[in-house]
Amino acid sequence: MSVAGQLTPRVVLYEGAGTAPWAAAARFELLERLLARGYSVSRATGPGGVPLAQGHGEWVMGQCEQDAPPGCRDVRGWDAARVVGMIDAEHAARAGAAPEDWTPWFPVIDEARCTNCMQCLGFCLFGVFGLDAQHRIRVESPENCKTQCPACSRVCPEAAIIFPQYPRSPINGDDVEASHAAREAIKVDISALLGGDVYRVLRERSARGKTRFSAEQDADKALEERRKCLAQMAAAADIPPEVLMSLPSPAEIRRRAEEARARAEAARKGGD
Amino acid sequence: MTEPPHLLYCHCAHARVVPPEVKTEVLRQLCASGASFEAVADLCALAARQDPLLRRLAAGGPLKIAACYPRAVRWLFAAGQAALSEARTEVLNMRVQPAPAVVAAMLDPRLHPNLAAMDNPKPGRDSHGTGPAPMTS
Repeated sequence: MSVAGQLTPRVVLYEGAGTAPWAAAARFELLERLLARGYSVSRATGPGGVPLAQGHGEWVMGQCEQDAPPGCRDVRGWDAARVVGMIDAEHAARAGAAPEDWTPWFPVIDEARCTNCMQCLGFCLFGVFGLDAQHRIRVESPENCKTQCPACSRVCPEAAIIFPQYPRSPINGDDVEASHAAREAIKVDISALLGGDVYRVLRERSARGKTRFSAEQDADKALEERRKCLAQMAAAADIPPEVLMSLPSPAEIRRRAEEARARAEAARKGGD
Repeated sequence: MTEPPHLLYCHCAHARVVPPEVKTEVLRQLCASGASFEAVADLCALAARQDPLLRRLAAGGPLKIAACYPRAVRWLFAAGQAALSEARTEVLNMRVQPAPAVVAAMLDPRLHPNLAAMDNPKPGRDSHGTGPAPMTS
């Protein structure tokens, strides 16, 4: 199921007219608990601020006194645990699930750097990328991304793919500078996958080993040989070994690109 | 009169890339201030969900964001169908800035926009991430 369009539940702590403010420590504890549970929280000290989403998935609460605004739930005397427990229970009743049940690891496209070369679309094993109606690369299914796998950012020749939670620059979103060039040189090696160079190397290694392996009747050794080769690349580029072990063939990459184009074209025609 | 900036704090709940002592102290000081602010558990999750809160924030005037790298934040908003204004957005980076500096900047009523100008998008795509955000809610 796509995560796009799923609203993050929001809690408004209203401290404007008609309410008493929380003590700073109590306010902090309440916010920290709510954020840990995945809620968005607004502290509103008066009029203005970001408007409500017309009641959808939101709670407005305050330490209400006389003339509190209508719709503001009075939680005077409640501790943070009680407030969070009440919201959790109501949210579960409405949505049937906790607010956060997905680790948001997915690629983010730097549109100032992306040249729409589509290498990421062809390379990704999990169908994360697609094309929009204008045939531009977009992240279509972020929930399909494999947590901790930055492989697509490694093949991007423009350093245009960001994983904000990645530990190192520039994949983490830091500015792309000349000093990153050496570290990013690994791209050249990984990008060769798309040209088939590594497949050629693997085939050659396989061919070299074929006589020996066939003589030994041990297919496991052939697999082990491939694992060793790819494990070296995985270590160098932070790419999970199982991802490298499942690399698409050049023909498969071309097929995926054509499929994505066809989907985009169908979407465009559907929107006309 | 200059419009005061909205404040957005990201708790980066799913990753350990923001030092916990920094984000905790920033949140504590925001709570201790008299300021109204928005706090989200994880900006990445909101972007993936294309949460309408992002569009309302992007379209709502000057904005200060305490999160991570400005380039990451800018394109997270774009991924969430919410284009940040270069002229009206300041991003504080809790991955590298100390908490006192982030807090001081967040509570300073003056805005110091720091998103890189994007005048020449690369060939192959246009700059659809930089136009005005559509208001759908």
